[in-house]
Amino acid sequence: MSFRTYFDVPDADRSGLGSQIAEQRRRVAERLAKVRRVVLVMSGKGGVGKSFLTAALARAMAGQTRSGVGVLDADLRSPTVARLLGASGPLSVLDDGVRPAVGVDGIKVMSTEFLLAEGRPLEWRGPAEERFVWRGSLEVGTLREFLSDVLWGEVDVLFIDLPPGADGAVELGGLIPNLTGAVAVTIPSEESRRSVSRTLRAAREAGIRLLGVIENLSGYRCEGCAATQPLFPGNAGAQLAEEFKVALLGRVPFSPEGNGVGDGLRDAFMKVLA
Amino acid sequence: MKFLCIGCNEAMVFSERQEPGDGTFAAGFACPKCGHAIALLANPMETQLVGALGVKIGGRTLDQAPLEFVRSKMVGQDGAFVDQGAHTDSGQRTADSDSPGKPQWSSEAQARLERVPGFVRGMVKRIYTDYAVERRIAEITPDVMDRARAELGLEGM
Repeated sequence: MSFRTYFDVPDADRSGLGSQIAEQRRRVAERLAKVRRVVLVMSGKGGVGKSFLTAALARAMAGQTRSGVGVLDADLRSPTVARLLGASGPLSVLDDGVRPAVGVDGIKVMSTEFLLAEGRPLEWRGPAEERFVWRGSLEVGTLREFLSDVLWGEVDVLFIDLPPGADGAVELGGLIPNLTGAVAVTIPSEESRRSVSRTLRAAREAGIRLLGVIENLSGYRCEGCAATQPLFPGNAGAQLAEEFKVALLGRVPFSPEGNGVGDGLRDAFMKVLA
Repeated sequence: MKFLCIGCNEAMVFSERQEPGDGTFAAGFACPKCGHAIALLANPMETQLVGALGVKIGGRTLDQAPLEFVRSKMVGQDGAFVDQGAHTDSGQRTADSDSPGKPQWSSEAQARLERVPGFVRGMVKRIYTDYAVERRIAEITPDVMDRARAELGLEGM
């Protein structure tokens, strides 16, 4: 028996899946219409201080912008940036969306930190068998709703603190219509350089504009003599900037007090945004 | 996804979706020419795969609640959300019970709603309310909740 195949049948999909996916994208675009710039903060590996720098950059920018700053914590399994910004729940749910929490300097924050019970890992409802098959989709769907259903309002810069690796950047790059670009965070070591290089290449191949590189933990500043001593061997920040022909936005030395980013890094960041 | 009535060579149309509460879902399709009906029966893994995309076979019948996907899929803490009800453009809000045209909740339905985990309770209440408003149901009872659950796919709610 011969019968018509998918493309032979001109009728629309009766499952409605395609139109619903399109509607999801429309909701994201509509919500982000008042967000002037969306910046991904990414790294190749964990432990380089990406969330710390996201929070520090957000604070540095908060005083420089007219409409304020937002931070979306895309590290769903290991959220940290909300605490760094002093933001906490509960979140208010209105008919048209969820109000973000507000942290220091009026920074709007959305994070799984507000949703997960203390000490509990990220878990999903539903059958545990074969969970690996759909876990990625659940995480992408969560990020999509963090973008589309949070009342971000007018924001000058929305930072998205990504988990380590390129996956989050590539997925969000395809979802955010007005994505400005990505900043990469590395530490000086060769291992970090190799890891971040892979991530940056994946991001660039996904069509994401690379804004620059920040080298964190670039040294230790002795408070007594004011000299900066190296913490790690290597020069990854400058090497990555050269490799990808982007700006080395700054080097941030370790500080026990966590002093944030200096004016130089902030100004360099503002320059690439302009 | 399309469904073809081979006898008529016609594309079938979606008729209804059912979620019986065992982790599976069923979607009905019928031929507009001869009326022949079929049901697509998905196992729990297939059901979860579709659900993980944040979509419903056959399309949505109610507007999406804020963070509906997150609240229905994630295991979250009670008290994560404060559901504030209706909201106007000016930022003012009114309590659900004050809003005209909103259905009443029977005491049995209220008690059942109280057993829903706090993480999703406010959203579930809104979905049941929207379901009742759309169908001009004056009072939400456990029976109405059962029907809404089956029709809308509120697994575990």
